[in-house]
Amino acid sequence: MEANPRSTGRLPAAFLTPGSSSFMDFLTEHQPEVLPGNRQLPPVQGTVEAPHGTTIVAASFPGGVVLAGDRRATMGNVIAQRDIEKVFPADEYSAVGIAGTAGLAVEMVKLFQLELEHFEKVEGAQLSLEGKANRLSTMIRSNLGMAMQGLAVVPLFAGFDVDRGKGRIFSYDVTGGRSEERGFAATGSGSVFARGAMKKLFREDLTEDQAVTLVVQALYDAADDDSATGGPDLPRRIFPIVTVITEDGFRKLTEEESSAVARSIVERRQEQPDGPRAELL
Amino acid sequence: MSTPFYVSPQQAMADRAEYARKGIARGRSLVVLQYADGIVFVGENPSRALHKFSEIYDRIGFAAAGKYNEYENLRIGGVRYADLRGYTYDRDDVTARGLANVYAQTLGTIFSSAAEKPYEVELVVAEVGESPEGDQIYRLPHDGSIVDEHGSVAVGGNSEQISTYLDQQHRDGMTLAEALRLAVQALSRDTNGGEREIPAERLEVAVLDRTRPQQRKFKRIVGGQLVRLLGGDSSAASEEEDEDGGKGEGKDGDSAK
Repeated sequence: MEANPRSTGRLPAAFLTPGSSSFMDFLTEHQPEVLPGNRQLPPVQGTVEAPHGTTIVAASFPGGVVLAGDRRATMGNVIAQRDIEKVFPADEYSAVGIAGTAGLAVEMVKLFQLELEHFEKVEGAQLSLEGKANRLSTMIRSNLGMAMQGLAVVPLFAGFDVDRGKGRIFSYDVTGGRSEERGFAATGSGSVFARGAMKKLFREDLTEDQAVTLVVQALYDAADDDSATGGPDLPRRIFPIVTVITEDGFRKLTEEESSAVARSIVERRQEQPDGPRAELL
Repeated sequence: MSTPFYVSPQQAMADRAEYARKGIARGRSLVVLQYADGIVFVGENPSRALHKFSEIYDRIGFAAAGKYNEYENLRIGGVRYADLRGYTYDRDDVTARGLANVYAQTLGTIFSSAAEKPYEVELVVAEVGESPEGDQIYRLPHDGSIVDEHGSVAVGGNSEQISTYLDQQHRDGMTLAEALRLAVQALSRDTNGGEREIPAERLEVAVLDRTRPQQRKFKRIVGGQLVRLLGGDSSAASEEEDEDGGKGEGKDGDSAK
């Protein structure tokens, strides 16, 4: 009796049922097969080869937070893509960066953006930052089956908390476990090196520009030691994606801005290949 | 056992239409107008929280007169329809025409089904185009018909009189402030020809602004900005973005691909 929602028939009952403001809940009710978490993967021998995104870094500064990612996707020892974008706006006041299986991750971000937008339209108000972080947690958890077959997605979520008036960073593990990070965080294969770099360079009183420089430095160090992370590619003009979230909302640095930061870092590293030196004591 | 009285189908439909029209007429009227940079929605609404206008999708807005629970249901249905369609295909594949069709089918089926009471609602679905020629405004009465409107449209209790007034006064290429003042004049006219004052705090105003840099063009106009626009201050337009507040979002450009 009920028409296909994509044709021009009457809206099926599920569309007009009051209740949930969540797009994912609606899909679960109406079209569970399109939800990524509900897909059954046939048993496979070994792992599935698919492009993987690598390093994402975030750092907070008074008044906001920066989230940045390198541009490389790898498949085994092959560079699958040189200019992949792995940092996306989630909504006006938050952004998400993804490491892990690129295809699944991009789909997860798309659904996450839609989930936030849907809630905002239905309710007429935005979710709290914690609420957004929890929704992402649920989505990662629903991907656990895939993660156990080597198709994990591990994002980093950063946003400006309008209620508290400061930038906040949330990191995740494959099971959807969520933890709030103080100061800075990193995820992906190069995250160990990036975190090491930020540990030495991070200060509480960074300005926005300094925070941008910090994350690009960290990505440079990650690329320096991790083969799966791409550094600034000057000949091809491929530079890290850097986003800043403040009281004014989400902003992605233009190519000119991020290339200027990356070029100045590359220049300094000509003299000092290991980057700036921290105090010994 | 008694036999029910015979009621001719014509009579049954006329009764249902009468019922729906009466319900709609109890609600306050609202108007939707094209202006140079988009489409403006104006209505009298004492509530700050229960909206008559809302965002359906990037370029699509929704307005409704009549019974709150019924149009709220249809609004949420529309948001779900649009979001699902955009998720399945692409954001560009969500159109006001498609949505208006679905609403018309839904309202039509409910109207002619003897098991359900007809919805006492009248809807407007509007989509802002890249240029004024691309704007689309559809009016959806309670019975499932669609009217493709141009320039201006009024729905709700006093709509016929307001429409006539708007048809006479509205012209293409009005500024937002002009269109807004015309809308308020139209809404202020009483059935008996008199005029009454509608203060700014009782007005609900929203726009689909094609010049908005964000992907989502819907925006509510509230507070100081509304007062400035009504007062005819021409500098108001340039301050629009500052008042933007939490609405809409900063998905800028194509970074979300």
